Amino acid sequence: MFISQNFEMDSFSQNPEFTIHSFFTFLDTTIMAVEFEGGVVIGADSRTTTGAYIANRVTDKLTPIHERIFCCRSGSAADTQAIADAVTYQLGFHSIELDEAPLVQTAASLFREMCYRYREELMAGIIVAGWDPRRGGQVYTVPVGGMMTRQPVSVGGSGSSYIYGYVDSNYRAGMSKEECLKFTAEALTLAMERDGSSGGVVRLAVISEQGVERQVILGNQLPKFSTV
Amino acid sequence: MRLANTSVAVSDERAHTAQSLSGDAYATFIHDLYVEFLIMDSHHSYSQVKGVSTGTTILAVKFNGGVIIGSDSRASMGESYVSSKTINKLIQVHDRIFCCIAGSLADAQAVTKMAKFQLSFHSIQMESPPLVKAAASIMRELCYNNKEELQAGFITAGWDRKKGPQIYVVSLGGMLLSQPYTIGGSGSTYIYGYVDAKFKPDMSLEEATQFSTNALALAMGRDNVSGGVVHLVVITEAEVKHVVVPGNKLPKFHDE
Repeated sequence: MFISQNFEMDSFSQNPEFTIHSFFTFLDTTIMAVEFEGGVVIGADSRTTTGAYIANRVTDKLTPIHERIFCCRSGSAADTQAIADAVTYQLGFHSIELDEAPLVQTAASLFREMCYRYREELMAGIIVAGWDPRRGGQVYTVPVGGMMTRQPVSVGGSGSSYIYGYVDSNYRAGMSKEECLKFTAEALTLAMERDGSSGGVVRLAVISEQGVERQVILGNQLPKFSTV
Repeated sequence: MRLANTSVAVSDERAHTAQSLSGDAYATFIHDLYVEFLIMDSHHSYSQVKGVSTGTTILAVKFNGGVIIGSDSRASMGESYVSSKTINKLIQVHDRIFCCIAGSLADAQAVTKMAKFQLSFHSIQMESPPLVKAAASIMRELCYNNKEELQAGFITAGWDRKKGPQIYVVSLGGMLLSQPYTIGGSGSTYIYGYVDAKFKPDMSLEEATQFSTNALALAMGRDNVSGGVVHLVVITEAEVKHVVVPGNKLPKFHDE
């Protein structure tokens, strides 16, 4: 037997009829993080969409959680902002108690705890990356559902499907910082070319013992490929 | 703002319970259904193919003097059963014209059989080998006129005397497009970045073979409904060569 209904995202508590806007407003981005000797390089596109409208074309999806720990957010903007705020608070408290810089794994675990516990309500794919004195540069991925795993290179968001092949073939262990930056910028550009929900500028950040260096690559400065 | 109706299939008991609810209880019921639907839907791929489909990766690329058309060899039913490990998705419709199929196997076989027949008839009437564009146009007519019933897309590639090597894509609704290289099937999503970055016009045969093998291997590595061996067909003026690259000879990448 079929039940037909119209679904609507807002004000569903008052209104028994619902309207689904679109399943495809979730996971609307491309994010990436790569480990190298001495730190990590993280990158993201800069587009936030609500349906077909680009709500923000210069979004910053690289959110600081602690001095040398960042997270790349994909999925529902509201959910990821709320989670990142909560984890920033918890990690700050933990770091004061410990009286030293927190581990990247701790930050990733906090994300995982929250994403797994509230997995039914949340739609968040997060990549946690940073540097700590104990283990150097690390990348942990916490996709939708709440799994956590460490990977040398990780991509996420809707645009990531298009660059799995490129990342698999071009990643090598032991790349330098400049090579990682070039690799990340190229991969993000390729994803932005093909994914309608990704675009704008490429935001990059390098996290290492020295601190955090951020850069932006504008549209006309993006790497070009010979697509005819 | 409302979109079109969404229908969700539920069991009879559940539907029966729903009928006795009202007001807030009904709202909660619908909300729970919606959340379930969301979670269920997030596990599915976004391809629209139903029934037995090839769940595949196909590609075609033009090089200096010919075309290479290639595919994996897996046929799947749903996402968990491999109904064939060694299917050949490269179908010869004429001496120098090949087709590869993505989507419903049944639809694809029906269309290619029809196209093969019409093409051989056309070529006899014209008293010369058919143009690749003619083959692609026949597929397009069939796909466009039967777009409601069919769920298959095609890549037609070959060589003819008039324009040399060509590649045509006939998509699901019946659009015809000529391209220097093209990819298709469920596994193609994962290699868009790779082919965009690596394709160069006027490659040599060796470069093009390496390009196709790498692209298919990468897609097979990430897509669970593509796999098996790599089938490549190299079409030039002189000959048609079928190359099979078995699983253990495929290129390996950093995490393998």
